[in-house]
Amino acid sequence: MKIAVCIKQVPTRDWQPRVAEGKTWVRDQDASFEVNEPDAYALEEGLRLKEKHGGEVVVCSAGPARVTQALREALARGADRALHVQGDELVTADPHAVAEALAAAMKDERFDLILTGLQSDDQGFAQTGPILAELLGMPSATIIMEVDVQPNGGLRVKRELEGGWFQWMTLPLPALLTIQSGINQLRYATLKGIMAAKKKEIKAIPGAAGLVSRQRIVSLYVPGKQKITQMISGSPAEAARELVRKLRDEARVLS
Amino acid sequence: MILVIAEHLAGTLNRASWEAIAAAQQAGAGPVKAAVLGADVAAPAAELAAAALDEVLAVSGPAIERYTLDGYVTAIAALVKAEAPDHVFLAHTYQARDFAPALAARLGATLVTDCVGTTLADGALQFVRPVFQGRLYADVATDGLTLATFQIGAVRADGLARGESPAPIRAIDAGVEAAAIREQPEAPFREAKQAVDLTQAERIVAVGRGIKEQEKIDLARRLADALGAEIGASRPICDAGWLPMDRQIGSSGQTVAPKLYLALGVSGAIQHLVGMKGARTIVAINKDPEAPIFEVADFGIVADLFEVVPELIKELQG
Ligand SMILES: Cc1cc2nc3c(=O)[nH]c(=O)nc-3n(C[C@H](O)[C@H](O)[C@H](O)COP(=O)(O)OP(=O)(O)OC[C@H]3O[C@@H](n4cnc5c(N)ncnc54)[C@H](O)[C@@H]3O)c2cc1C
Ligand SMILES: Nc1ncnc2c1ncn2[C@@H]1O[C@H](COP(=O)(O)O)[C@@H](O)[C@H]1O
Repeated sequence: MKIAVCIKQVPTRDWQPRVAEGKTWVRDQDASFEVNEPDAYALEEGLRLKEKHGGEVVVCSAGPARVTQALREALARGADRALHVQGDELVTADPHAVAEALAAAMKDERFDLILTGLQSDDQGFAQTGPILAELLGMPSATIIMEVDVQPNGGLRVKRELEGGWFQWMTLPLPALLTIQSGINQLRYATLKGIMAAKKKEIKAIPGAAGLVSRQRIVSLYVPGKQKITQMISGSPAEAARELVRKLRDEARVLS
Repeated sequence: MILVIAEHLAGTLNRASWEAIAAAQQAGAGPVKAAVLGADVAAPAAELAAAALDEVLAVSGPAIERYTLDGYVTAIAALVKAEAPDHVFLAHTYQARDFAPALAARLGATLVTDCVGTTLADGALQFVRPVFQGRLYADVATDGLTLATFQIGAVRADGLARGESPAPIRAIDAGVEAAAIREQPEAPFREAKQAVDLTQAERIVAVGRGIKEQEKIDLARRLADALGAEIGASRPICDAGWLPMDRQIGSSGQTVAPKLYLALGVSGAIQHLVGMKGARTIVAINKDPEAPIFEVADFGIVADLFEVVPELIKELQG
């Protein structure tokens, strides 16, 4: 089975986003970056499917030069090769433009299965995967928590629904799935994997010029507060004493 | 015109669809219609007709009895082409997450997801949505036909305008061929019965990724014991297997409303907040003063939880 995993590189979770001048994006020059969390689970799922059914795992990322770091990490964890769709403007492009850039680079590979994360931690569109599927003419299913390859060559997948409900469904290959965090337990790169990754190919594909985004941020800001929070300060001991007093006497929520 | 696609489960309308209708009515961008899809949608269509709407579109056909992405994209794409709305509004449910991106792509339209509201700028509708895990909000401008999904709970359904008389209902044939549907869904189910029912808990201590290691959960447990509380968690804690799934609070876990909810090292992502913001008193302990959890907290301590929690235990036991 020829499997592609789409990986987005996003700022680390403990980085504080600050609005840049112009107020349409953040000042990310000082950010450190990591693989978007559900994408790491998507890669793990791809590697497990390959181990079971054979084939190859190709990781794909669209973005500036820095994303090769995320691709290199994926190669160290066991992916066979990588596609880097180049373009600085892909960072702020809309999901349709990103999906088009990915589709152009991936179409001739004729993947049997494409895995993406369900949502990115920075833009949070939750769209790139299903749009990519539509552009490539594949069926798709979202928020997947289990993947079984059927004897007839189709897929049976478990979709997460709201509030602890699930649903199985079948769909034919080629197909695209968006993977939810927690679908599996992640493996980490070994020293051997890191060494092997140095020899693996990252193919650079120049992104087409003139990306068209039909949605764009015109203003970016810190949301206003809706609730009045009583902030409790002081040393840890003082804050603890004050909080317990408030919970007992003001909120009356202690027994 | 704004067309709202309402969602229902076996004829019962999803409450979030009323919020999407309220958002459309309040957008100030022209008349509002609502559509509902299924094999037999007479009941939900009649229910929708109570709202102040220009029209309710009852789209039916045997091939869309159960939700499938292909069935809905085909039916709604045809509907949108025929009705020619300027905007299509939906609730940001798992179902809309599944089909709306493909629908937008099929229509050559743009989709703005997870909106918390709209604004009018020079007569053009703009959309407000969270980015960077809710730490920033973005005003988004769009070109051409625009689809938008609205975050659940962001627009209040009690602001819904009701009609003086029921809105007219128009029946439309979905025109979907069963053979064109590639996915075959099975019936929804729940995993084996939950061992703990957090919905009944009076007090909950919730741990998030700020707890750092599985061994440290014991500290939270000692605090819970001192408070007479149950232990709950954010999703990554359960994903990692540090606590069982039935301790998970949020949109894909349990929805709780205890007297006291004390969050330790939880950032406050929207999917977590929807599961606990109904708690009477919310306390957040987080070292990041800008963590969105403080948006919903009654009491907040900006500090290292490993310094404060032992003091809290001492204070409660003293
Ligand atoms: C479809 C979907 C469904 C989801 N369902 C759920 C759900 O049901 N429930 C859920 O919880 N999430 C859910 N999520 C995930 C959600 O988006 C967040 O990723 C998750 O809630 C984050 O968990 P967290 O707050 O523990 O971790 P993080 O976001 O990593 O936050 C950790 C926090 O700990 C703080 N911290 C770190 N160290 C310390 C310290 N020493 N002292 C004090 N504070 C510290 C940090 O400042 C940070 O705010 C869902 C996501 C999707 C897309
Ligand atoms: N620039 C990108 N390069 C590769 N994959 C991406 C990119 N942007 C988004 N994706 C994939 O699409 C998923 C959803 O992202 P989003 O639509 O931004 O929420 C991510 O989890 C990735 O798997």
